[in-house]
Amino acid sequence: MIRFKVNGTERTYDGDPQMPLLWYLRDIAGFTGTKFGCGMALCGACTVHQNGDAVRSCSVSMGEVDGTSITTIEGLSTKGLHPVQKAWMEIKVPQCGYCQTGQIMQAVALLNQNHNPSDQEIDAVMSGNLCRCGTYQRIRAAIHQAAKELA
Amino acid sequence: MNNIQNVSRRRFLKGSFVAGTFVLGARLVPEPLWAAASSAAPVVFQPDIFLGIASDGTVTIVAHRSEMGCGSRTALPLVVADELDADWSKVKIDQAIGDPRYGDQDTDGSHSVRSYFDQMRQIGATARVMLITAAAKQWGVSGKECTTEPGFVVHKASARKLSYGGLAAAAAKLPVPKKEDVLLKKRSEWRYIGKDNALFDLPDIVTGKATFGMDANMPGMVYASIEHPPVLGQTIKSYDDKEALKIPGVKQTLTISPFKPPHQFQPLGGVAVIADHTWAAFQGRKALKIDWDASPNAVYNSDQFRKTLESTARQPGKVVRNVGDVDAAFAKGGKIIEAEYYTPHLAHASMEPPVAVAEYRDGKVLAWAPTQNPQAVQETIAGVMGIKKEDVTCHVTLLGGGFGRKSKPDQVAEAAVLSKQLGKPVKVVWSREDDIKFDFFHSVAAMYLKAAIGPDGKPTAWLQRTVYPPIGSTFDVNAKYADDEMGLGWNNLPFDIPNHRAENGPADAHVRIGWFRSVANIYHAFAIHSFADELANAANKDSVQYLLELIGPPRRVPLEYKPEEQDEAKRYPLDTARLRRVVEIVAEKSGWGKRPSGKGHGFGIAAHRSFLTYVATVVEVEVDGDGQVQIPNVWTAVDAGTVVAPDNVRNQFEGAANFAASLALLSEITVTNGVVNQGNFGDYKLIRMDRAARHTHVYVVESDAPPAGVGEPGVPPFAPALYNAVYAATGKRIREMPLSKTKLV
Ligand code: FES
Ligand code: FES
Repeated sequence: MIRFKVNGTERTYDGDPQMPLLWYLRDIAGFTGTKFGCGMALCGACTVHQNGDAVRSCSVSMGEVDGTSITTIEGLSTKGLHPVQKAWMEIKVPQCGYCQTGQIMQAVALLNQNHNPSDQEIDAVMSGNLCRCGTYQRIRAAIHQAAKELA
Repeated sequence: MNNIQNVSRRRFLKGSFVAGTFVLGARLVPEPLWAAASSAAPVVFQPDIFLGIASDGTVTIVAHRSEMGCGSRTALPLVVADELDADWSKVKIDQAIGDPRYGDQDTDGSHSVRSYFDQMRQIGATARVMLITAAAKQWGVSGKECTTEPGFVVHKASARKLSYGGLAAAAAKLPVPKKEDVLLKKRSEWRYIGKDNALFDLPDIVTGKATFGMDANMPGMVYASIEHPPVLGQTIKSYDDKEALKIPGVKQTLTISPFKPPHQFQPLGGVAVIADHTWAAFQGRKALKIDWDASPNAVYNSDQFRKTLESTARQPGKVVRNVGDVDAAFAKGGKIIEAEYYTPHLAHASMEPPVAVAEYRDGKVLAWAPTQNPQAVQETIAGVMGIKKEDVTCHVTLLGGGFGRKSKPDQVAEAAVLSKQLGKPVKVVWSREDDIKFDFFHSVAAMYLKAAIGPDGKPTAWLQRTVYPPIGSTFDVNAKYADDEMGLGWNNLPFDIPNHRAENGPADAHVRIGWFRSVANIYHAFAIHSFADELANAANKDSVQYLLELIGPPRRVPLEYKPEEQDEAKRYPLDTARLRRVVEIVAEKSGWGKRPSGKGHGFGIAAHRSFLTYVATVVEVEVDGDGQVQIPNVWTAVDAGTVVAPDNVRNQFEGAANFAASLALLSEITVTNGVVNQGNFGDYKLIRMDRAARHTHVYVVESDAPPAGVGEPGVPPFAPALYNAVYAATGKRIREMPLSKTKLV
């Protein structure tokens, strides 16, 4: 039996331990804010936090989830919006929006570790997250804005 | 005749529109279509209803076009809300199902606002007049003395006001005023149009609550993943699913019949693995063993095909526009310049792969899909399953990108076909590999251009030929000429050249070809604006100066229009003054000519009108010691006429720069023996943040002209501007995309 937490709530899972966390979250637990984009850790659409670190949930097996704590976009903030989500709204980052929950989860993890990232540091961390609509300039601006708010 | 109707007076309504709701409808298609249509649709979705005001003040506006990131679902309701003088925070948007009585719902061609702006204004303004009339009656004053503020009718003289919600029941009993009695707001009175409004779905997007096609589900549904024939037109000889059925969660396998040519939007056929969840279905696929039959498309090799296209482009083709006499002008001599350009197939690769949920029951289909065209869902499913299209109900979710791929609903038909076999709802999920290998590809193209330049450096003659498998091949197996695509930047060169001929040569299709954001404008603009820059260099002139000379004096370019284009031609003539203006704006904003190009650093320009919008773009590049290209700045000026949501327009053009940076620098689909070689983002490369345009500066021209397109027009000028910048930086003239195929150092 695999035991873990999703957004603070204890959960158990006794299916195939090879199943990627992404599909557990989406198809079994119903957390559809986490998106499928490539299944190969190439796009970042499925990014969630595992013990606070950004991971690609399509490439983390349920076996590896055992004993850890997962946060999805649904659990990012219990009271209203996280400062990163607020910055995303103020800068009006999204177009289609499909990549954006993954972008936000990656950005939150970045800002947790680096309170005032430079452009280069943002590029280095965020380049794993594709946005086919091409909103990169606004993503960068929103991260700078959130950094200011968090400071 | 007034096509707006007070629906609440005459019909029983439910759902969003409870009793006492004031509901206005508009018939956007001719009356005969109404008579012919059945009334089977659920009442909430009577396809003429666009607006409802409930007694609690909630304003429900129906969005009949799809949202894929371009903002249509926000922009059109915003126009209604503005003329209505609604409180936007009380607006709720209902997404329409597919129904031909809504008019055209195919959200493509950058025309949602352009085609429906006037209608949406009229609906909002009519409702406002009726609410004023209702209030005036109650107060015993003349409607002329009343005004509105968001959500209220106001009688200033007596300092009274009544809420729209409170007036809804009374307004619901009133006749619709004559069109002449409905005054639209003056532009200066607009509250929302032209202001920086956010997308309606923004809060849901950033919290993960937004429902995309990938997130749709139906009770009791199963998941399906489909192994398609690797080569277009292959059929199953035999298959073995023993290993697949051993995978935990896999329930069974089913076959899907191959399409009947022309393939249109029919399913490709193949073997579907049915499972309890997506991952099991994917795993089951990997364990299938399938023996495929032969297909004539197995001869397709994109390397060889390139040679065929290029040699066709060197031969005379079908003339699609002729001005003066190029041959006579070439015979007179001058400096002759020739060049050939090539662009590969591309895949759309929207971040959300194709996906759909459908249920077949009692001869009817209910589907939820991220589709640009719910009416095509109805038609395709009806055609494949032999049912009436009125018996297909298609709900539209948000789209995780579309770019033209999601105008083709083959995956929705797959779900419907499987559901009929299984007797339960089915969710079909395409993997990224399915998406890239089985796309309706952007066409591969070869172009040949030739010009003669006179002593003043200006061209005396300009010949251009383009060759590519046409989108028409998707609908007609014999289509070889791109007749319908010539208007996409080929038969409308806006240059002032005395002798000009545009031609199109034939080409066969061996993969599915389809619309891709900006369509043929991409390769046409690439060839034309690279060539314009080559001529500028041959003439030893500054590129911007030369471009302005090519465009010539302000005038309306005489073009031939088809009968169905006459209206558009009158409203949207090709006006070189507007094209000149966007060129002048980007030249000024980019400081053109102030910083010299060379030593790995350069600027390039291109200007292209598409979807009736004028765009000029300057790209700055830095080429490092390894030949890697960085894009520090992009300046782009846009004249799209009247603009509903300027910040969204800026976002579209910032995004277009990056969409175009992908295809200019990185992306390419190649085919070997009919099989597509790429499959995921490792080999089908897209631009990422580290190489994306760092700063895209967008200048939206203020204009009273009728609205034009904004979703696509940002893409075409970008690649030629970038290649011209690379030339300025390195002296290397590259004539094929993507740039990654050429070593710059
Ligand atoms: S779906 Fe996980 S990185 Fe793309
Ligand atoms: S907003 Fe559409 S993919 Fe990023």
